[in-house]
Amino acid sequence: MSAPIIEVNGLSKRYQLGHFGMSSFREESEKWMRRLRGKPPLDDRAPPTEREFWALRDISFSINPGEVVGIIGRNGAGKSTLLKILSRITEPTAGEIVLRGRVASLLEVGTGFHPELSGRDNIFLNGAILGMKRSEIASKFDEIVEFAEVRKFIDTPVKRYSSGMYVKLAFAVAAHLEPDILIVDEVLAVGDMQFQQKCIGRMQEISRGDGRTVLFVSHAMTTIRRLCKTCIVLQGGRLHGIYPAEEAIDHYNQNVGGTVLDLDTENLPRAWGSTGEQARLVRIRTVNTRGLFFGEPASIEFTIRVRTALTGAMVGIAFNTIEGGRIMTLDSDASGDTLDLQPGLHTVTLALPSLPLSPGRYYCHAAIGRGRHMCDIIDNFALWEVAPGGQNDWESDRSFGGCRVRSLVTHESLPPGAQ
Amino acid sequence: MPPSPTASNPPHTPIEIRIRPRAGWLWLDWRGLVEYRDLVFLLIRRDFVSKYTQTILGPLWAVITPVITAVVFATVFGRVLGVSTDGVHPQLFYLCGLLGWNYFNMTLSATSNTLRSNYGLFSKVYFPRLAVPVALTLSNLSTALVQLLTFSGVFVFLVITHPGEIAAQPTWMVLALPVLFIHLGALALGTGLILSAFTAKYRDFQHVTPFILNLLMYVTPVIYPISKIPEKWRWVAAINPVSPLIEGFRAALLGTQGFHLSYYGLSLLITVVVFFVGIGLYQRLARDYVDYA
Repeated sequence: MSAPIIEVNGLSKRYQLGHFGMSSFREESEKWMRRLRGKPPLDDRAPPTEREFWALRDISFSINPGEVVGIIGRNGAGKSTLLKILSRITEPTAGEIVLRGRVASLLEVGTGFHPELSGRDNIFLNGAILGMKRSEIASKFDEIVEFAEVRKFIDTPVKRYSSGMYVKLAFAVAAHLEPDILIVDEVLAVGDMQFQQKCIGRMQEISRGDGRTVLFVSHAMTTIRRLCKTCIVLQGGRLHGIYPAEEAIDHYNQNVGGTVLDLDTENLPRAWGSTGEQARLVRIRTVNTRGLFFGEPASIEFTIRVRTALTGAMVGIAFNTIEGGRIMTLDSDASGDTLDLQPGLHTVTLALPSLPLSPGRYYCHAAIGRGRHMCDIIDNFALWEVAPGGQNDWESDRSFGGCRVRSLVTHESLPPGAQ
Repeated sequence: MPPSPTASNPPHTPIEIRIRPRAGWLWLDWRGLVEYRDLVFLLIRRDFVSKYTQTILGPLWAVITPVITAVVFATVFGRVLGVSTDGVHPQLFYLCGLLGWNYFNMTLSATSNTLRSNYGLFSKVYFPRLAVPVALTLSNLSTALVQLLTFSGVFVFLVITHPGEIAAQPTWMVLALPVLFIHLGALALGTGLILSAFTAKYRDFQHVTPFILNLLMYVTPVIYPISKIPEKWRWVAAINPVSPLIEGFRAALLGTQGFHLSYYGLSLLITVVVFFVGIGLYQRLARDYVDYA
């Protein structure tokens, strides 16, 4: 076994809180003068522990060559800080990292793109910024252009590109880096669905085919599950542990489950001036606490507080894609049956034998009403993730996307010669 | 895609990068800079293209501005105010002074904002941070060389159109021009890096830099010869590291007598100090300024 390609020992990073960095020259010089005269500094009213914040505390791990490792954790867990230090954008406060190989980090696509330069010039400039030599870029130039699908516009300044073309070109350059260690932030969350698939495919190629070591930060558990075998779980700046991907995702889900899959909606802002006076959605949760899985049974439970009796009522939930298009609605009166709700608390559950939403993240909206009249509407009460289902994972890999429902299939073989 | 070991990274030379908090000040990543030389050239190109795209005259602007400035100076300072040029034709005198001064001015202005204006880049990807200011210095050098050609053109033109009237002529010091350019570039880069480090931390300095440059032009013999400074104020010119360089350009191109080796020696000393302090400060700041900038 060769030495680990990444070794992290006791890594810590401290940030100063408050007005640090915004201090003016005058304040700073006063501080210096006081120090020179041997007086204690002025502004230490708060004890130092309250003015500093440890984004990372004593992180240690090592990664072997060829591993594809995800880094997951809630917002503020220290993922970005860890990436920044690994990418040498900022320095650790304590500890040490040893990287045994060429590193390229992708914290953003298209870093350093210049709008006035042509696509061709930007490929070279961006490649050089990411650490490639001119000759390397030249040898991969055609591949890059092919991947980005912009051959016709290669000598046009990129400021005239559509945003889609721009992102594709930027990713194409990055995708053709050949470092030993590739560090990727959630850059894949750009572009249309199809392009995202292409990017993920390319990432799989890089990691599986070429045996590169990849560190990958994402909130999208679907992508993590597809790309990574192991995951580093961070929590509050500390290392929670390193687990196989499935186990790590469970840890992550437990970690965020309380806030994501079970929501107290009592005080969320209401849409369209709907008051929620007569009837109010106070809690929405998935009945399966592990989450939502493509192709598996799903139940969503609404808790409703009713002030004055509401007859002929319906409860509904709608799912929008990240891009904002509505992709699915469920409402309780779709079958024609309405609800009669007396004052008091009620729960209504909508259950599906097989969740048709393909894996991805969806913004959820909920409403309660009667006919056309809406009593309570909550827009964007959650961003729910639908994970790939257990048995038929190939179905999500095939990824026609969207909403996959069963249809009645009839088949007839036509006689030869029939039109 | 088949795995292909890249030219820069043959399998038998293991790379090892250690990341840890650094304590020293004068840590100079020359090797990194050499490794990223392609980036430096591409940045020079970027600077050039972005300066001149969608302009009709393009690089001609590098010719036009100093010529017009020299004409205005010759009119205002020569005709109206009657400032002496030590017997040198005013056009040539000012054009020559501006040649050096413009290079210093442009390089310093450009580099003094490096950390602030490249925050978006520096906070997303690592490369030797010196690549950007070094590229700026070199791209301005190419502009300065264009201006040197302009100067030569104007010189020849005046000699032909005013036969016998132009007493000025280049001396053997022309051979030292490369040294003067490098010296001036290093001084501008060093000062720019110091100011860049300060500007990253205290925004006050973004107001200070143009202001200092404005004033500095008046205490530097750009629009007057050093010989016209009264004896008791001569020390001001002596401690100003830019003056002997401007006078050096004149001595080389016009054969004036304002260049003194002792002043030049002091300037060289100051430049070396400023250059290394600048690199030290800049790299110190570049290490983690993204945390608070």
